[in-house]
Amino acid sequence: MPLLTPLEAEAFGLSLRIGAWSACASLPPALAVAWLLARGRFRGRTLLSAIVHLPLVLPPVVTGYALLLLFGRHGPIGAWLESWFGIVFAFRWTGAALAAGVMGFPLVVRALQLSIEAVEPGLEQAAATLGARPIMVFLTVTLPLIVPGLLAGLLLGFAKSLGEFGATITFVSNIPGETRTLPIAIYTLLQVPGTDAAVLRLSALSVAVSVVAVFASEMIARRLRRRAAGA
Amino acid sequence: MSLSVEVALARPGFTLDVGFDSPGGVTALFGRSGAGKSTIAGLLAGLVKPDRGRILIDGEVLVDTAAGVFVPPHRRRIGSVFQDGRLFPHLTVRRNLLYGAWFQGRQAGGKPLGAIVDLLGIAHLLDRRPATLSGGEKQRVAIGRALLMAPRLLVLDEPLAALDQARKDEILPYLERLRDEMRLPMVYVSHSRDEVVRLADQLVVIEAGKVVASGPIGEVSSRFDPGGGTEPGAVLAVTVEAIDPAHGLATLSFAGGTLCVPVGRLSVGQRLRLQIRARDVAIATTPPEGLSILNVLPATILDLAAAGPTAVGLRLDCGGTILVAQITRLSAETLALAPGQAVHALVKSVSFDRPPIE
Repeated sequence: MPLLTPLEAEAFGLSLRIGAWSACASLPPALAVAWLLARGRFRGRTLLSAIVHLPLVLPPVVTGYALLLLFGRHGPIGAWLESWFGIVFAFRWTGAALAAGVMGFPLVVRALQLSIEAVEPGLEQAAATLGARPIMVFLTVTLPLIVPGLLAGLLLGFAKSLGEFGATITFVSNIPGETRTLPIAIYTLLQVPGTDAAVLRLSALSVAVSVVAVFASEMIARRLRRRAAGA
Repeated sequence: MSLSVEVALARPGFTLDVGFDSPGGVTALFGRSGAGKSTIAGLLAGLVKPDRGRILIDGEVLVDTAAGVFVPPHRRRIGSVFQDGRLFPHLTVRRNLLYGAWFQGRQAGGKPLGAIVDLLGIAHLLDRRPATLSGGEKQRVAIGRALLMAPRLLVLDEPLAALDQARKDEILPYLERLRDEMRLPMVYVSHSRDEVVRLADQLVVIEAGKVVASGPIGEVSSRFDPGGGTEPGAVLAVTVEAIDPAHGLATLSFAGGTLCVPVGRLSVGQRLRLQIRARDVAIATTPPEGLSILNVLPATILDLAAAGPTAVGLRLDCGGTILVAQITRLSAETLALAPGQAVHALVKSVSFDRPPIE
């Protein structure tokens, strides 16, 4: 007997794909926001911080509903994206990735912001006096020094998206093979009597993936910290 | 190189309002910690914006708040060396050194890596990472990194303050070579009188955010100004003329005469600076005889000033070099000293800008 049924394998594969896409796609905007929060001095910094952290405290169903309003086929952003770029989020796996990315965004920003704040501003000043424009200072000094933070943020975003449920099911529903990720698959099975064994298997799978992600993040962080210490 | 600074800024608990000019060479910003010296270094490098004022280098406006001019640090071509080195931890020493050169491009016409590496004695460090370097090595690499960007001015902000005396003695000769061999204009921020005497041509004394004295070092250091922040003393540039091994003495010559000092590690032809503190100089109106003091220099009194309740400070012209003497007011009155009078300066002790004896 194979370890997973085709349906379970499908949900698992979908979760990994959505997790990878949401983590990777949210990294650049998260980096920009984290840099603004860490180094920027401008009006509305607190407001930006509050907006970024909103998904952390809002009921996920509200976030999902907001996404539906904004990114649905008739939403202002969704309609615009579809007519100009042919990108559709509603009821697609891409929408699930968007929902997961938005929900994980505050965590990713936080990880990046902390690592940017840990970069000695004196190093960036030294780079500037040596002739580096601000963008080059960022690329040659700040960015290399926050690689541990980048990887930590990436893995955190990935791990968070594996557990995303509320916003995803509200925004893109529960479509097998398209938006039915591991948690949604578990939820679906729970609605059917006599599926305890399958629920348990999928739950164990979820735990295993999460443990691996967190463990890998820890390993990478430790290794980079050792290297940064100058071995 | 000429430098003209006229800036003011106010921060909570601190105001800076300074103006000074420098014709080039090594300009020392001297004063206590917290006097505002490092802020001036930051203003020159472009890391700090003044509330108002102007900074000109060779006539080029770097900052002019009235005209809304502020040249950002990366376009100033002013090399900076900081107290804490600030080497990039993720790059090797070689790539740290070449960082600025890369941004300045070829048109900057800087010295090749090899020349700077040899000058600073850091060839064996090139493939190491900053974390593995000692404090003195880090500072030498930081100096090399700033030099390789071909700066028109090097700003050194307390570059030796974090080092122990042995490391300071290790780096000071390299700074002298920059001054003497590369003729690189420098602004040298320090609270150490010894470093300043050894390196500076121009002295700007900063106290509580204000310039209290500025000018050529020999002139400024000879002032008897209670607010001057420095102990008065003459700074002499001398050459080792001869060595008398039998008595262990060296003869040093300068425009105003010769001095005899313990030979130490001096060698003939060597040029160095030495300091003669005012309290180490006594005055005689007639050529003294039967005296153990070796160094007696003919001089003319320039002026007298009160130096405390019982003391008088004299400035003497000794063949174009200014000497200073601090004597009691009683002696000054007894000897009836007056400006223009020819006297003999008795030099009791000489301090060197480098330790002559191990």
